[in-house]
Amino acid sequence: MAFEWIMIPYSMLTLFIVINYGLLLTALMQKIGARVGRRHGIPIWQNYLDLIKNFGLRTSITHGTMFYLGPVFRLTGGIGLLLFVPTIYGSEMFSNLSFAGDLILALYFVFFGTLGMALGAAESGHPHSAIGISRGLSQVTSAELPFALAVFAVALQYQTLSVTEIVAAQQGGIENWTLFTNPFAVAAAMLSFLGSMMRPPFDVVLAPQEIPIGPPTEYHSSYLALMQTNRVIFPIAKIVVYMNLFFGGAASWPVFFLKVFLIYLFSVFVGVVFPRFRVEQSVRWFLVWAVPLGVIAIVMV
Amino acid sequence: MQSLYDNLKSLFALDGFEGQRPDLAFVNVSREQLRPLLLHLRDQEGFTHLVLLTAVDWIEDEQFQLTYLLHDRVNARDVGVRLMLPRENASMDSVHDLWPTAATYQRELREMFGIDFPGSPRVDEDFILEGWTDLPPYRRDFDTLEYAQDTYKDRPGRETRDPALHMKEKLYPDGGDNG
Amino acid sequence: MKDEFEKRLENQPDERPKRQALRDIPIREELSPRTVRTPDGQEIKIDPLQDYFCQAGPTVQTPAYTKIIEDLFNWARAESLWILGFGTGCGAIEMRPLMTPRFDAYRYGIQWRPTPRQANLLVISGYLSVKTLKRAIRAYEQMQNPKYVVGLGSCTINGGMYWDSYNTIKCLDEYMPVDLYITGCMPRPEALLQGFDDLKKLIRAGKGEGANKYAENFEWYKANQKRVIKDWDMPDYNW
Repeated sequence: MAFEWIMIPYSMLTLFIVINYGLLLTALMQKIGARVGRRHGIPIWQNYLDLIKNFGLRTSITHGTMFYLGPVFRLTGGIGLLLFVPTIYGSEMFSNLSFAGDLILALYFVFFGTLGMALGAAESGHPHSAIGISRGLSQVTSAELPFALAVFAVALQYQTLSVTEIVAAQQGGIENWTLFTNPFAVAAAMLSFLGSMMRPPFDVVLAPQEIPIGPPTEYHSSYLALMQTNRVIFPIAKIVVYMNLFFGGAASWPVFFLKVFLIYLFSVFVGVVFPRFRVEQSVRWFLVWAVPLGVIAIVMV
Repeated sequence: MQSLYDNLKSLFALDGFEGQRPDLAFVNVSREQLRPLLLHLRDQEGFTHLVLLTAVDWIEDEQFQLTYLLHDRVNARDVGVRLMLPRENASMDSVHDLWPTAATYQRELREMFGIDFPGSPRVDEDFILEGWTDLPPYRRDFDTLEYAQDTYKDRPGRETRDPALHMKEKLYPDGGDNG
Repeated sequence: MKDEFEKRLENQPDERPKRQALRDIPIREELSPRTVRTPDGQEIKIDPLQDYFCQAGPTVQTPAYTKIIEDLFNWARAESLWILGFGTGCGAIEMRPLMTPRFDAYRYGIQWRPTPRQANLLVISGYLSVKTLKRAIRAYEQMQNPKYVVGLGSCTINGGMYWDSYNTIKCLDEYMPVDLYITGCMPRPEALLQGFDDLKKLIRAGKGEGANKYAENFEWYKANQKRVIKDWDMPDYNW
């Protein structure tokens, strides 16, 4: 990849589109969850209002430097994941800053946000944050394992570490998708996807009724606005990675919107009907069900 | 209840026995007789459940009356053991070793009436009222209305709509026969 | 025509003689000033209430620079009311139906947050005993400016049916700035929704400045609070 200055405004444009899509999509998913409970749920533009309100709070309390950097790390993880992976395949404008080897970078950024959150929330000193972080790190670690195995399997299958080339190998019809050429890897990755989306049954980290909100307990006003922005960017960035690796990528924005919506809907489907796992139950679940699928995927490649 | 009365009469010096219903009776004893009576009722007569321990403030006689209400689950009958304590520096032996739940009742009585139970676990701790610096509130010489008016500020303009007063003023505006 | 609150402010702080205290309440051992031995052998003097808490009082925060931005912020604050999930009294049972499909307060932008740091509306639901008042003050002071307080039920207005009780306060205005009262004993969920709608109109008109009122009359509020809370073991302002 040769670096050209025009890439920066194009990346900002991608970021802008993804942020708006994320704000609307997250509200839409909450509305779908509410409809399952026979309610109307929040208005579709509610996330915008929450962001403006949080930004407009006049005071804020800080607990130190790491507390301030926690949301910054988290947002960096989200934006980094988005910008280093091609969003629209084949489009020069929206390929962002992807390069050969960006698959490993994507794996790294997926975990980066949680670490930053852990450091920041630990400095806030709230005991509920500490409980939430210990739960969160153990759950995310065990959920990352099948994803890593699936990624290695796919990289071995296509003999490349560049996401663009993996997407290129899947073009030409739906039967070329990794979903059909390497189903075990996709199965392991989708099970891991449920874990890292932090929805039921794996939402014990942010359990609002158990520990007040977990790691973000002490975060408010501008800090919370940063974290809420990340909360809309990061799932979409992760889904873009999934879409490029397993579901054939997107060649245009409408296909992108549709595929992201459907993959997100998969976790909402599972989430609205299941109660919560405890942390050790979820860790055991990943090790028993998802990791063997990943191992089989690597062995069979 | 007659059989119970006969059993108890022969063993303890009872100051009084009222059979209120076929399954409810009250026994009055003195302070020294309380513990052996409770032990006997619990172990021999089958009254294994302490329902409650409460107090009544007889301010005219300057006494507190404690009532231990026991329940026999097998035969579905209750007996209340009553005793009188002098109101000044009231204190009583604790029965928390017979029933552990008595410790909580004794804490409540200590805070609300001022009856001390030396030896009961955590009896000195505040039970419900935090930062209470006045008389124990359940005593009848504690005027709760006066305390409320002294401590908490009113919002002016409160009026009462008591129906009896309203009808009285309407029907007998000049005071009337009963006024 | 001055409103009743300003008339009361003109009067002196509550000069009624305090009742004689029959015992004094010692401060808890872990909060009292004392000398401790550090793990590396030094003897140091600590005073937890002074050392571990910020001693500054609240300051008045000015609204945003231009009117149009402040209007935008007020609109966003009104449409995104985050209630602190602290059911202080019997009115909490009237707030729960608002989360259910029948009344569904979420479509009005109202959410419940478990932590005072993220909430901007505190609903005092019903009678407020002195014990709960201490916790409610602590929660209120941890919320960020601008913040709003709604009093539910007649006990917050004039004591309600506990007007002669030794343990409940009678006028919520004395202890924290209240933006709106909702009458009832308890008001039904529909009444609560109507009340929240009125609160939104208030906020959008720019009148939801309870936090600044608290900062301006801080000594008066604090004197009232300390008069009824006799075991004050918190810092003066709980940041």
